[in-house]
Amino acid sequence: MAGADVRKERLDRGIKVRTSGIYAISGGKEIGYLILPRLVLIAGLLLLPLVVTNPYWQRVISIVGIYALLALSFDFLTHYVGLVSLGGAFFVGVGGYLAALLNTKLGLSPLFSIPLATVGGGLFCTLAILPCLPLRGVYFSIVTLMYPLLAMRVIEALNIFGGTEGIMGVASFPNRWVEQYSLIVVLLLALFGLRRLVNTDLGLVFRAVKDNDQAVKASGINITHYKTLAVFISASLACLGGAYLVHIYMWAGISTLALDFSIIPIAATVIGGGGTLVGPVLGALILVPISELLRAFGTLRIVFYALILMAFIVFRSEGIMVYAQRKYHQFEKWVQV
Amino acid sequence: MSGPPLLEVQNISKAFGGIQALSGVSFNVHSRDIFGIIGPNGSGKTTLVNSITGFVRIDSGKVNFQGREISNLPPHKIADLGVTRTFQIMRPYYSLPAYKNLIIPLFSPRARRTGGWRGGGKLGDRDTVGIDILEEIGFERDSQVPYKLASTLPTGYLKRLELARCLALRPELILCDEVFSGLSMSEIASMLPLIERLQMEGITLIMIEHRLKELFRVANRVLVMNFGQKLIEGSPEEVMADPKVKEAYLGSEDLSDYV
Ligand SMILES: Nc1ncnc2c1ncn2[C@@H]1O[C@H](COP(=O)(O)OP(=O)(O)O)[C@@H](O)[C@H]1O
Ligand SMILES: [Mg+2]
Repeated sequence: MAGADVRKERLDRGIKVRTSGIYAISGGKEIGYLILPRLVLIAGLLLLPLVVTNPYWQRVISIVGIYALLALSFDFLTHYVGLVSLGGAFFVGVGGYLAALLNTKLGLSPLFSIPLATVGGGLFCTLAILPCLPLRGVYFSIVTLMYPLLAMRVIEALNIFGGTEGIMGVASFPNRWVEQYSLIVVLLLALFGLRRLVNTDLGLVFRAVKDNDQAVKASGINITHYKTLAVFISASLACLGGAYLVHIYMWAGISTLALDFSIIPIAATVIGGGGTLVGPVLGALILVPISELLRAFGTLRIVFYALILMAFIVFRSEGIMVYAQRKYHQFEKWVQV
Repeated sequence: MSGPPLLEVQNISKAFGGIQALSGVSFNVHSRDIFGIIGPNGSGKTTLVNSITGFVRIDSGKVNFQGREISNLPPHKIADLGVTRTFQIMRPYYSLPAYKNLIIPLFSPRARRTGGWRGGGKLGDRDTVGIDILEEIGFERDSQVPYKLASTLPTGYLKRLELARCLALRPELILCDEVFSGLSMSEIASMLPLIERLQMEGITLIMIEHRLKELFRVANRVLVMNFGQKLIEGSPEEVMADPKVKEAYLGSEDLSDYV
């Protein structure tokens, strides 16, 4: 197509009259242009349970939802607060075990056990992480990596919460529609809630703690308060995922503390585009089904997984979402010279 | 000036490993002083600011503010008392527009309490208050400067933004670490009236400067640091006339090179 007398011309869309994120919107067409991607995402997620008919893949939808929550939790804490936690599985395990205990010991239905495990688990995780908050950078990451490993060994050694057997007989959801639609709605609420949060004044303080904590301290703000609050938000989201997980599998065990729950959300964030919040959700949507397909390869799965991840980092390190956003705001066309 | 001092620095020392950055420095700053601190590079001026504002822990000595000991309090608590500072290495939030930089200090407990600069005890809409502060400090609202990304602003504006961050807390005392360095003559000339206005409005300033001539125009007291020690303290005239000061400045016999 590109002959000697044509060249590729790139135009920014007219609407991009904006000053640092504030769009100058005039007219229905431009509003449509802005909300279209949002509608596609919402409609796409809501349609998923309807269009997927295979029972195996229906279960995968729920797993995608859980990993999307975990990836959101990671993206928020990493890219908006600057705390890189490698211990996501700890949050999942705490939320999972708590929901299982509330359900099997107190007889609370998922309607109550999930919200309670979300908030209660968030509080517990925050208290557990509190001593690490003064740690900077990689030290915080390494210590948080230890949390799920430690929790696993403690449960095994003390033989609490069913030990290696786990807690069985956790109630499931009434049917798959409740399971999937409640999860999708919760995910969308978390996504749009976080997107709103990071642009509020409180969100700016979070981001400032990440960019420049010295100036935040000099502004008379106790950064430990805000780090604590952010860890609570992030941990609660992951506990929510963990609570869903145990009610879906009707079982809580030490595998809810498995490394997968720490690593796959990070991979989803990298692929989807860190710092975009939507990206990690898309990343989970892509990565989790791939991971299921790769099950056929047994232990080689992780090799393929690693290769896919490396390819992404090498060829599209910004992540899908950052790339897509840029392309969406530009036209490219061939013009005669 | 009479009355009890606003800030008392008593015999403070600080070592980094083998380097004695401060040894036994004492001085008093009174309310509404413009207190200059000068001294060659590496003489401990920034460490002095860091020690007073809690960014480094002092090894010994004591700092009192309004009669209350503040030595080794965490930085946010010291800022909360109204002791604010600028950074020699500027630290704006580059990814935010200039006025959004002020959201962070305006979010602090002190700003909520005081209402921010000119707040009168009640904090209004943070965006509006931020833009008002910036306008007062020389960001021309008409030319949209407050809305520009901090990463696109020239040094002169970033220095003012550092000051604005302090003002947002409605401070009692501002410690300015070389706010004039990197600025042109005319930029400094346009900032001097601002400094004087802050003094008139009741703010006390400690100013670390290399530009002696400009500093001596506004300062009423000057402390000279050398090798982590207090060399001399006095009025600008006394300091200029002192032979030890001339010597510290590269052993130059003639301070007029600097003035
Ligand atoms: N955080 C630090 N760690 C180690 N040494 C430091 C630190 N801060 C300052 N110093 C040392 O302390 C001395 C005084 O530095 P500084 O206070 O920055 O001087 P000035 O601001 O007068 O140029 C220098 O020798 C410097 O290298
Ligand atoms: Mg210095």
